[in-house]
Amino acid sequence: MEVGQMQRRLMDYTKSLFMEGFLDGQFLQLQQLQDESNPDFVVEVVSLFFDDSEKLLNDLTMALDQPNVDFKKVDAHVHQLKGSSSSIGAQRVKNACIAFRNFCEEQNTEACLRCLQQVKQEYYLAKNKLESLFRLEQQIVAAGGSVPIMEMGF
Amino acid sequence: MESCYCIEPQWPADELLMKYQYISDFFIALAYFSIPLELIYFVKKSAVFPYKWVLVQFGAFIVLCGATHLISLWTFTMHTRTVAVVMTTSKVLTAVVSCATALMLVHIIPDLLSVKTRELFLKNKAAELDREMGLIRTQEETGRHVRMLTHEIRSTLDRHTILRTTLVELGRTLALEECALWMPTRTGLELQLSYTLRQQNPVGYTVPIHLPVINQVFSSSRAVKISPNCPVARLRPAGKYMPGEVVAVRVPLLHLSNFQINAWPELSTKRYALMVLMLPSDSARQWHVHELELVEVVADQVAVALSHAAILEESTRARDLLMEQNVALDLARREAETAIRARNDFLAVMNHEMRTPMHAIIALSSLLQETELTPEQRLMVETILKSSNLLATLINDVLDLSRLEDGSLQLELGTFNLYAVFREVFNLIKPIASVKKLNVSLNLAPDLPEYAIGDEKRLMQTILNVVGNALKFSKEGSISVTAFVAKSESLRDPRAPEFFPVPSDNHFYLRVQVKDSGSGISPQDIPKLFTKFAQTQSTATRNSGGSGLGLAICKRFVNLMEGHIWIESEGLGKGCTAIFIVKLGIPERLNGPRLPFIPEVSTSHGPTAFPGLKVLVMDENGVSRMVTKGLLVHLGCDVTMVSSSDECLHVVSHEHKVVLVDVCVPGINGYEIAIRIHEKFTKRYERPLIVALTGNTDKVTKEKCMRVGMDGVILKPVSLDKMRSVLSDLLEQ
Repeated sequence: MEVGQMQRRLMDYTKSLFMEGFLDGQFLQLQQLQDESNPDFVVEVVSLFFDDSEKLLNDLTMALDQPNVDFKKVDAHVHQLKGSSSSIGAQRVKNACIAFRNFCEEQNTEACLRCLQQVKQEYYLAKNKLESLFRLEQQIVAAGGSVPIMEMGF
Repeated sequence: MESCYCIEPQWPADELLMKYQYISDFFIALAYFSIPLELIYFVKKSAVFPYKWVLVQFGAFIVLCGATHLISLWTFTMHTRTVAVVMTTSKVLTAVVSCATALMLVHIIPDLLSVKTRELFLKNKAAELDREMGLIRTQEETGRHVRMLTHEIRSTLDRHTILRTTLVELGRTLALEECALWMPTRTGLELQLSYTLRQQNPVGYTVPIHLPVINQVFSSSRAVKISPNCPVARLRPAGKYMPGEVVAVRVPLLHLSNFQINAWPELSTKRYALMVLMLPSDSARQWHVHELELVEVVADQVAVALSHAAILEESTRARDLLMEQNVALDLARREAETAIRARNDFLAVMNHEMRTPMHAIIALSSLLQETELTPEQRLMVETILKSSNLLATLINDVLDLSRLEDGSLQLELGTFNLYAVFREVFNLIKPIASVKKLNVSLNLAPDLPEYAIGDEKRLMQTILNVVGNALKFSKEGSISVTAFVAKSESLRDPRAPEFFPVPSDNHFYLRVQVKDSGSGISPQDIPKLFTKFAQTQSTATRNSGGSGLGLAICKRFVNLMEGHIWIESEGLGKGCTAIFIVKLGIPERLNGPRLPFIPEVSTSHGPTAFPGLKVLVMDENGVSRMVTKGLLVHLGCDVTMVSSSDECLHVVSHEHKVVLVDVCVPGINGYEIAIRIHEKFTKRYERPLIVALTGNTDKVTKEKCMRVGMDGVILKPVSLDKMRSVLSDLLEQ
């Protein structure tokens, strides 16, 4: 597959991610920060996000497993996750976190567990999509092309 | 016995005579000597005797007399010359003393007599004082009785108890045979026997109120003696004996409906009850003055106590009524709140749900426009876009209106160019007006300030709406827009008497008049114009579109800006004038330190990089920390990162020009960091600028940031442009 085709595929894929709401404008901001002095900025940030989120999700699972759930701690973790996901533009994860926080305030364990499932689901989806995106980018770079910068006016 | 020639020879002494003389002289001498002794003895016994000197004189006089008589004993017989000399001396002395005493007595006897008069006088005085004491005691008794009665009467606030207690206590104090109270009936024409002392439940015995004796009693505030035969006094079955004296007194009553808290009602409009008191029959007792006074005082006290009872009844009733109303109002309020909440929730959800697909439609349609289309397709896409824009506007309007009505909408004040606002409105409507072949003219008064403080967006919205309406409803003719500073006379609108504009030094009132020559509005429709969703039914307007919300929203905005909006029209076909007045602030040359809040879209082309700017970033979240660092590095800053407030305070130094603090992390108090940094760097030029990163920019957060001394607020997530503009704004200051 030639570079142009791959580039077009990348553009379409990225567009679809935006359309489906996986990513929002913040992700574009991140891409803008990537330059010659910082070539792997986006990948670094996203990897950090993945590590952070895995840990948070584990903590959340453990916290909600307790017989007496400490909702303050749960809320703190969800807050962190929300912050991280909004920083990289993972919109659906962020929205799921927002819903999660509401139920935390109500101290509704059942609903929290459901939200946790939801968040996990969104997270894994987002992770998948982002990893595919990076793979496409790597392919383009390997084939000698350059990654096109998205300019979308949303 | 030889008789000598120096003494007259006595006639031949009668031996008996001589003997008697001798004896009498002796006794006289004895008496004369014993009297002073007795006097001395008795005076010594008595403590009080004022005239000791007189006594001495008197004593001397008596002693000397005695001595004289004693010595004369010796003169009956032959006596030597010594005896004669002694006799003469004593006689001379006696003469002197007795004369002196006689003279003294002239002074003393009147005194002694007056003592007696004084004694009599004092006795009279004592008798009088006794009488007065008796009177005072009686009065004191009466006073005590009154106090006791008053206490009894006033210790309860129940009408019946008051009256009953009065009668009982009066009966007891004055030892009355019968005591009765006649109250006026509802009609006010009769007096009804309500309470008596001896009979438990008096029969409803009535007496017409206009009897002369009753009038006599009612016209005076004193207790009046009445005849025992008058109808009010015939309370006891007629006995065989003389009935006791009867006294009647009036008791003023307060009519409940006359009750005014602030003004004690005039006595002349009062109604009276009659209290009748009967002394026991067959006793010779009469009504004493002090007893009458007691009765009058008691009557007054009863009146006061009754009025208090009336107050209590009235206020209890009012309070019960108020409590009922309160409960009902509370319920209504809660219901209203629930309804509002439900509506808001519904609107928020609907709004969100509606906006998401709307955005998708708008975005995709605009994208579609960019691609290659046939002319028909282009037309179709444009129509889709226009319709969806209209729909988006409608959604926004509805949400705005609901927020406005809640009062949760707050004006976003800022300094803006007033002339620019009008020019923009003018430019916006010029194309439409030219299509409709309408003349539009804009007149701005020369004294209109160039800059003003207010909500620019909403002011523009209002002006646009009003002018747009003028355009919409005019098919031909001209539209004129005038704007000027309103002076006080022109500020008052006779139709809105509650609108009291107060001009001040910091504010001015902007008056805008939009006159059109269009279809006009009939006078009965004018009040409906500003209500939501109401449309006038004339055929001319039916096809003009509009959701009916525009003017309602304008009215809300104008009210928020402390102004007033109204429409004048002379009738259908005669055009109409829309006028509104809003309050705007006058910007001063030197403003106090303001918090540079971030504009929505930054188009400032300040320095695009800040080489070497030392920035300290405090954020607990690793990912967002990294993103922020990336942003700042991209802008050329030298970034230090910390993840806790302690670390932040430890690391911060005067080399750092800016500190970015995340304040919405629970647990870490970002505000405290600001306070600590202020404490650490007291000199202004040493202190780094503190900027807060937060997820919500509501007023509360902004105020809090301002209070703790932060220099700026940024909403997360931060875009590159935002960061750039914030930094350039901050560093410009």
